[in-house]
Amino acid sequence: MEFMQPGAFKKNANRAMADRDLRSAMAMLNAGMIPNRQGAVDRLPEFEQLSRRGRELKDHVLVYLDFYLERFERNCEASGGHVHWCATPEDARRAVLKICQSVDAKSVTKGKSMIAEEIHLNTFLEQHDIEPVETDLGEYIIQLAEEPPSHIIGPAIHKTKDQVSDLFLKHHAVLGRTERQTDPQKMVNEAREILRQKYFDADVGITGANYLIAETGSSIIVTNEGNGDLTQTLPKIHIVVASLEKVVPTLEDATTFLRILARSATGQEFSAYTTVSTGARRDDDVDGPGEYHVILLDNGRSAMLGSEVQDMLRCIRCGACMNHCPVYQSIGGHSYGTVYVGPMGAVLSPALLGVAEIKHLPCASTLCGRCEEVCPVSIPLPRLLRQWRQRAFEAGVVPNVERWALSVWAFFAKRPWLYGLGARLAMRGLAYLGRKEGRMRKLWFAGGWTQGRDLPAPEGETFQARWRKQQRKKVMG
Amino acid sequence: MASASETSHGSSGAPTNVGLFATCLVDLFRPTVGFASAQLIEGTGCSVHVPEQTCCGQPAYNSGDRQHAQQIARQAIESFEGYDYVVVPSGSCGGMIAVHYPDLFADDPEWNRRARALAAKTFELTAFLADVMKIDAKDLDAEYDGTVTYHDACTGLRELGVKDQPRELLSGVDDLALEEMADTDACCGFGGTFCVKYGEVSTDIVSRKTANVVKSGADLLLAGDLGCLMNIAGRLKREGSSVEVRHVAEVLAGMSDQTPPIGEVDEG
Repeated sequence: MEFMQPGAFKKNANRAMADRDLRSAMAMLNAGMIPNRQGAVDRLPEFEQLSRRGRELKDHVLVYLDFYLERFERNCEASGGHVHWCATPEDARRAVLKICQSVDAKSVTKGKSMIAEEIHLNTFLEQHDIEPVETDLGEYIIQLAEEPPSHIIGPAIHKTKDQVSDLFLKHHAVLGRTERQTDPQKMVNEAREILRQKYFDADVGITGANYLIAETGSSIIVTNEGNGDLTQTLPKIHIVVASLEKVVPTLEDATTFLRILARSATGQEFSAYTTVSTGARRDDDVDGPGEYHVILLDNGRSAMLGSEVQDMLRCIRCGACMNHCPVYQSIGGHSYGTVYVGPMGAVLSPALLGVAEIKHLPCASTLCGRCEEVCPVSIPLPRLLRQWRQRAFEAGVVPNVERWALSVWAFFAKRPWLYGLGARLAMRGLAYLGRKEGRMRKLWFAGGWTQGRDLPAPEGETFQARWRKQQRKKVMG
Repeated sequence: MASASETSHGSSGAPTNVGLFATCLVDLFRPTVGFASAQLIEGTGCSVHVPEQTCCGQPAYNSGDRQHAQQIARQAIESFEGYDYVVVPSGSCGGMIAVHYPDLFADDPEWNRRARALAAKTFELTAFLADVMKIDAKDLDAEYDGTVTYHDACTGLRELGVKDQPRELLSGVDDLALEEMADTDACCGFGGTFCVKYGEVSTDIVSRKTANVVKSGADLLLAGDLGCLMNIAGRLKREGSSVEVRHVAEVLAGMSDQTPPIGEVDEG
């Protein structure tokens, strides 16, 4: 599949909305995720309190980020791990490659990691003759399909079961699996059996991190398939790729987030697996990697500290904002053309890639506020979207026609008498056009509206004009 | 309305003066909502004033054009700060004044003070009637013989907490039955300039809303925001649906027989 460029947003969106398979996959998402989350939240009376505590914790960490990161580094190294500070995706890719090359790695297994997506690690490894093998089922599916993830926790959420059946048949036939499976359990088993050998063959295992624990130098991942455990314990080396803001002070603090994360994400009480990794294998350990590396990625995040969009760094990547977003529900994740999608993606992507490049994403929102309502760490997403719109406007990257339209509108809005005159004339005209049906089916200057909706006709005279007329009558008695 | 004969007085004994911020959509497209609002507010004993007005500035604010938004907001503050209350038949424009005006002047102490003062006395229409004037729904002099369903407009719901007030008031309309649709609090896809900039996406979102409206079996859709109403009505009519659409104020004021529903003409 061609790589979807961010600039092609509208085209992407229209294509997505015309895709029947995508629509049926998205309908499943909407029908499942939203009630599941609500149920899980309702079943935990202290959800609100935990959520507030989580927000305070993140805000605290962001203020003392340098302190906690250095503490993490010290404790990680004390337990036999290595920390690599990487300012850019390029730095991070190079650091991973160097570690892989140190053991002459031919293949690496990977747990699900958005940071690996952010730095486009798979393509880079392939270019250097290292085969990346995704072990999370969703990631495995989109790797076979050669597509980017369309959701931060459900990367293959855009795929229907039938599409996955076809995909498995196409790629597994050469491995002797020539029967098309349609039973979900059988499909999972088939993928599991094929992946099993890959775990043993891999030289390096790469995972992300949901949390980095400053007090112990550990990393934590949560998964539902247990694939992360095999990825990080079987190979010689375990590499964790994580961004700066993943650090939390203590293990106890991590439990606060663990209790709200799965509930907000999938509606589970807890993910099936929560795995803590601390350093490399010790002499008396029964298993574990010989080396443990943490790639700490900045990529624009430190520049968000102290800025108007700092609140975005609280994000715990649950995906609730996209599940509840009316725009995401209509167009799916691929339309965004960015690694991070939905409301959180529309706020984070301009920070990572520049607002000139990504200016359209903050605009593609109705600002309905449901994302903020369901965000477990109360990120004011609509406010941050507006913030980016303002930065784009002030940077002069907004299309001229939009600027011009705003200026014309503002010219009238600032001059009530002129506005009144223009409004009366315009509304009389529109009322005349819509006099037969009470609405217009087509209007040359409002194509964006009338392509899918009729435009209700105005009553005719404006309210203010009618009101004044009535007041005058009252006075005249 | 039973309380109409009484007059609401401020602490000084003078009648309570309410500035009606009609909103530009009501001013331009649906004056009936303005008159219905005025009648409902007068029914609580307040006197209603309609100073010269244009727009709340939201199109500029939401487009990142802070300078124009500030200029327009200053004009609105000057026109309305003299009243005891400002009432807006829209949660969206009401939220702009009550929540975002102070933000807009975060760096300007004097205008920020004036913006906060105005914000504190600005209310969405149904919230004003139910929460501030605490009118008894039973005293409303209105009837509607039919089944209605109610759409919670996003800004009113999430920024101003408008959810129970319109339903409470509607319970006092004779013969009216309320049948809730699924996802009453899901966005209709209007989103101000969004609906023309991303027309196709907006149409797709509103189609989920109209499907829920139709499924509810109601013969009339109500909401408190004309933007949402024109969007939903426009889509319902395009789909050929017979469900009618009105602003909640029209029904509460008993004016639903005075003007055809949104997007329709008088049959007779």
